[in-house]
Amino acid sequence: MRILLVEDDPTVRGFVSKGLSETGHLVEQADNGKDGLFLAVSEKFDVVVLDRMLPGGIDGLRILETLRSQANATPVLILSALADVDDRVAGLKAGGDDYLTKPFAFSELLARVEALGRRGRNESAPQTRLEVGGLEMDLLARSVRRDGQKIDLQPREFRLLEFLLRHAGQVVTRTMLLEGVWDYHFDPQTNVIDVHVSRLRQKVDKPFPQPLIHTIRNAGYMLRAE
Amino acid sequence: MNGLRLPVRAFGRNGTKAPWRRPSLRAALRRTGGFRSASVRFAIGYAVLFSASAVLFLSVIWWGTAGLIERQVEASVAADARALSERWTDGGLSALALTIEDRLEDNVDDDAIYLLVDPHGQHVAGNLPSWPADVAMSNVWYQLSVRRAGARGVAEVQGFDLPGGYRLLVGRDVRGRAMLRRLLTDLLLWAWIMITALALGGALLVRSMFRRMISQIARTTTAVAHGDMTRRMPLHGRGNELDEVAEAINEMLDRIARLMDGVKQVSNAIAHDLRTPITRARAQLEYAALHGKDEATLRSAIEDGVADLDNITAVFEALLRIAQIEAGSRRSAFASFDLIPVLRDIAELYEPAADEHEIKVVMRLPEHLPFYGDRSMIQQAVSNLLDNAIKFSPHGGSITVASAVGPNLGMEGSPAGRVATIAISDEGMGMSEADIARASDRFFRADSARNTPGSGLGLSLVQAIVQLHGGTMQFSRRDPGLTVRMQLPLPTARGKTVGANMKQDSPRPHSGDSSPVVVSAP
Repeated sequence: MRILLVEDDPTVRGFVSKGLSETGHLVEQADNGKDGLFLAVSEKFDVVVLDRMLPGGIDGLRILETLRSQANATPVLILSALADVDDRVAGLKAGGDDYLTKPFAFSELLARVEALGRRGRNESAPQTRLEVGGLEMDLLARSVRRDGQKIDLQPREFRLLEFLLRHAGQVVTRTMLLEGVWDYHFDPQTNVIDVHVSRLRQKVDKPFPQPLIHTIRNAGYMLRAE
Repeated sequence: MNGLRLPVRAFGRNGTKAPWRRPSLRAALRRTGGFRSASVRFAIGYAVLFSASAVLFLSVIWWGTAGLIERQVEASVAADARALSERWTDGGLSALALTIEDRLEDNVDDDAIYLLVDPHGQHVAGNLPSWPADVAMSNVWYQLSVRRAGARGVAEVQGFDLPGGYRLLVGRDVRGRAMLRRLLTDLLLWAWIMITALALGGALLVRSMFRRMISQIARTTTAVAHGDMTRRMPLHGRGNELDEVAEAINEMLDRIARLMDGVKQVSNAIAHDLRTPITRARAQLEYAALHGKDEATLRSAIEDGVADLDNITAVFEALLRIAQIEAGSRRSAFASFDLIPVLRDIAELYEPAADEHEIKVVMRLPEHLPFYGDRSMIQQAVSNLLDNAIKFSPHGGSITVASAVGPNLGMEGSPAGRVATIAISDEGMGMSEADIARASDRFFRADSARNTPGSGLGLSLVQAIVQLHGGTMQFSRRDPGLTVRMQLPLPTARGKTVGANMKQDSPRPHSGDSSPVVVSAP
């Protein structure tokens, strides 16, 4: 993916761009709002990672608003030290697609960037079936089968699996699951998500020789066929 | 006219412009902050108003009395003249002369003046030697100065023409009246001076009262401004305006003190409880940098360091969130919603985690419970409480999540109304009374809970959320375990935010109509 990174702090910028390049993405960088805006409007990117507070008079929200006013729908991930709910709402209202608070784990950023990039690609076609490695999900009939064998899931388990399937091949963090499946925007202290995933594994993976749901250390989970 | 002007002039003379008083007045004004001082202006205004109204009042009295005397003289002269002219008609000249002599004889006050002259101006009868030159027309009032029996006096006279060229003059010596008038004027003037003196005294009193009140406020606020947060306005217990102001100020100071306590607590907490993990992370990284021999050791040291830093971030975020909620700025997200699905969802989120420890989650919930508040805050609060309950429950225990609507019993002084109660009970080790009292303090962790993971901020956050909703939080001991109860006022009962005071002996408002539901996977 071609990613634009607008971030003024050199350490964070270097760390993020290095990490994104290592995972096979093309990264363009800007260290101020002016350059960032110029690059964002003049070139085509799959995802823009935008720091909210930038030097040079043009901050992240201004760039975002300008982009959206030009009908540019490039997915934007806002990076910000402002963790406030109101700030978050302001960022999303301005046209941001996702919001990540500093400090963040790189795995979280990567997972979110990849999720945004994919969303940008296949948003046009609403899916009714999801399939990965013999695991099929029929979104209309709300049924799940693996290798032709029916799997009974509770509603929440169904939504959890759906989220994993929609992000198949990508790392999905616990926070992403909590936001995407439960719509909770706070951090529960214990490993509630892990327990839910392990329950899902009991039903989806345990009776079969090949596991599909993998734990990614220090990051989260990934659903993929080996 | 003269009467009205006199006191006014006297006021000018005795007022603030008096030359001999000027230096001391100026000094006094300097001492009290001059005319700009509110108390001086207040006092001056009081004195001026008071003496001006006295002037008005006394003038009216003077005018009325003096006028009455004058009218009386005129009336008696007119009556006299009428009687005398009747004598003339009845008995002619000799009878008139005789009557005049009689009257003069009978006149005890010796103030009557009569004169009867013939057409040549010769004296016929009366006590004036000759017709005064000034009195030329009849039926007109004249003022004469007369000399009688050696004394000079002022007389008011009127001349009358009689048939045959005779002329009659009737009058009254008004020396007595002038004296009376002077006496009255003097009396009223003295009265005014005394009133003015009283007014000034009153003004000084008012000023000192004013100053005492203001200086009390000023003293207290200055003391507070200089850091003595324990100072409060004294209350007189009379429930007057002064007490009202004092109470308002005390309330404000209490609130400031609470906020400052909060800040102090947080900074202490940061000093103590954030430094520890920071030190640990630092030590770990430093040790690894100095002694790490192989990549695996280095990697694990770095990972531990990162985990520690994440922990610090979490604590930091919780602190900020508590501070933000306590500042009360998040009421914007308040909305109406049904509490029951929210509770069920959270319980559902935690239920597998509970199940892992073989803990049953029992729900005692009504069908619906319309509520007004911040949904995500309530979610967070319930989630924290469930988190705690699971952490402290033994294997095979059960956790009860109950909710009901009840009358407002637990909160004294709040408007009568209904409260929604959310109670979460566990069968864990519970808490001692002493621990309960400190349970929602920031960073507080009961000694028995030291070994479980956590930051000691969970209950502080719950407490802040409950306070934001104007409710109270209560802990009650069970045998075994603990019940944490959030009592949140419902919209109809929504009044001022009630300070959260914890009580342990409140009744349990569980509704009987909801049957227990065990939510647990087989």
